[in-house]
Amino acid sequence: MALPSYSTPSQRIFYYLYLFFCGTVLFFLVAPLVAIIPISFSQSPFMIFTDGMVAWPPDPEAWSFRWYRYMVGICEDENLTTPCSNKWMVGTVNSFFIGFISTFIATALGTLAALGLSRPHMPYKGLIMSILISPMIVPLIITAAGMFFFYAKVNLVYTFTGVILAHVALSTPFVVITVTATLVGFDNNMVRASQSLGARPLRTFFKVVMPLILPGVISGALFAFITSFDEVVIVMFMASLDQLTIPKQMWAGIRQEISPVILCMATCLVILSIFLLTTVELLRRRSEKLRGITPR
Amino acid sequence: MEVIITEQILTTDGIPLKESLKKAERNNKIRAFFLVFPLLIFIIITFVVPIGDMMLRSVDDSQINTVYEKTFEEYKKWDKSKDELPPESVYKALFLEIAYGDKLQLGRALTRMNYSKSGWKSLIKKTQRGIKKIVKSGEEPLSYKQTLIDINENWADPTFWYAMGQMINKQTSIYYWNAIDRTFDQDQNVVMQNEDRRVYVSTWIKTFKVSIYVTFFCLLLGFPVAHLLASLPLRYSNILMIFVLLPFWTSLLVRTTAWIVMLQQNGVINDVLVWLGILSDDGRIQMVYNQTGTIIAMTQILLPFMILPLYSVMKVIPKSHMRAAQNLGAKPTIAFIRVYLPQTIPGMSAGGLLVFVLAIGYFITPELVGGKDGQLIGHWIAYHLKTTLNWGLCSALGAILLGIMLILYWLYNKIVGIDNIKLG
Repeated sequence: MALPSYSTPSQRIFYYLYLFFCGTVLFFLVAPLVAIIPISFSQSPFMIFTDGMVAWPPDPEAWSFRWYRYMVGICEDENLTTPCSNKWMVGTVNSFFIGFISTFIATALGTLAALGLSRPHMPYKGLIMSILISPMIVPLIITAAGMFFFYAKVNLVYTFTGVILAHVALSTPFVVITVTATLVGFDNNMVRASQSLGARPLRTFFKVVMPLILPGVISGALFAFITSFDEVVIVMFMASLDQLTIPKQMWAGIRQEISPVILCMATCLVILSIFLLTTVELLRRRSEKLRGITPR
Repeated sequence: MEVIITEQILTTDGIPLKESLKKAERNNKIRAFFLVFPLLIFIIITFVVPIGDMMLRSVDDSQINTVYEKTFEEYKKWDKSKDELPPESVYKALFLEIAYGDKLQLGRALTRMNYSKSGWKSLIKKTQRGIKKIVKSGEEPLSYKQTLIDINENWADPTFWYAMGQMINKQTSIYYWNAIDRTFDQDQNVVMQNEDRRVYVSTWIKTFKVSIYVTFFCLLLGFPVAHLLASLPLRYSNILMIFVLLPFWTSLLVRTTAWIVMLQQNGVINDVLVWLGILSDDGRIQMVYNQTGTIIAMTQILLPFMILPLYSVMKVIPKSHMRAAQNLGAKPTIAFIRVYLPQTIPGMSAGGLLVFVLAIGYFITPELVGGKDGQLIGHWIAYHLKTTLNWGLCSALGAILLGIMLILYWLYNKIVGIDNIKLG
């Protein structure tokens, strides 16, 4: 939206103020995420910009990969206040393990359900949809409390199984929503055509339906993955002390030993989120192209 | 010539068409349902049942009723207007149940008893020890009443007996009253808690206050940005959209950590303000570990949830409307207020409700950046879940919060529709 040539000076001033305001808000959204990246390369044991880092010309002494080495468990400093350990790496392995398994189950269940919900014959659609979406709506702390009480009865607390089940429940709504959105405007004649050409339902699904909804399924899976990967409340209550994940370790880090290691991991997670965001955005465009919806 | 169809139309199998169609419809319904079934059953077992179980727990008082079953039965026969203290039979049942009851269960019941009146725990423990001695000696007491009063004179104190009256039913509302700083007095009337135990009402108010602030700031900051995104050509708005979506995709803990780095006393914002000369080096402001920090961090974290619904509403408002209004002589401000703004109300209400609902249930961010006065109600739920193990109160707080959420979502559903939630 550019200004028309006949606008008055006051309109011009207002317009530039408006642009400035929007710029500030966008800056406010992203600045914290960008600011932590340089600090993660700091030499000092505090989460601050040291004098050496902001000095001009830059002081190479102030910068280092020290905390990245610390994060991956290479211990070279003897005089650290906090013990050096491989906790972050254990957490990473656990996070990916829990994330992958729960994503797999959530995507399979969610896609099936979305296919069912998109059929015109689905009975009680509204009710079922609201039940399926509910894990996304209920505050995590309530979910965590309820699940903790219940899973304690069936001996599932302090196990990976319990955490994975909880994560599947939390992430299926995202799969259901994204896949249902992809199925809007899905041409059912293709299924009929395939069936009339003699394909059995399973073959029709994998050869005709699946390729068309695949972008939606993958986006849903990525949403599911990030939900599980980022989840900390459930893990805190339901996992035992030594079942670390990245968010749990970050939580403990913020609580106890505030050191730039947290920022190193945070930097890695920001990069991961950029990667996920790009993938989802590309998939969305591809899906729109496949379904013949021109971008707005 | 007219043909009158007298017989039913049959399919090739000889079944009437109507029935055949009905059957096919039913099969379709069953097939669709079977696709949804696995997930539905999964969510019900792993999610709905646990939440329901928590609801039941918030009124459940059955544990203590199993432990003191006989005592409570006799207690109900006690005529409070006639006798000051309960009859001998109550004392006898109590004596026997403490003497021969399951130790573990008795111990669990202690915690519950202390919620009704402090002092129960030590009274029962002392009594347990006294009774043990008597049982060991093998003598049967002549008067159970006198024996118990000899062990501890509190058994002659009617207030303890009145307090027991709160526990004799299998359902209790005490946790809900506790969750709003009320309790029962000895005549089962609802009264305020002691001054020093009143924490929940103020926390509820604070939770609402912070949520309203956050919603307001999100609307204030989000509206112009959504407007800009909606009015720019697609290739520019797609680039700016990254600024909105990147925080949305980034880990909540990363964003919270980032705000600690930004807001702390040696943090980036204070550094910049000192460098600009606005603050002196020892006049640095403490912006984190208090309510301000909670509001700032939550506003940034929830802002995408305001911008995205607003954007999708603004995107479809035709630009010609504003031009038409101005053509008809409205000044830009008037045209904006009278023509554009009303059309964005669905977006504002959707975004506002979404942000508000997410804010009142927030736990992680307030817990980490809130310090002492920035804690919301989620803090107390977690505290009673893990620290005090007062699960009844934990469940009651959760149930109230859930009730508020459900009302708000019902509103949201009325306004926008629950299946219109879009991501990214």
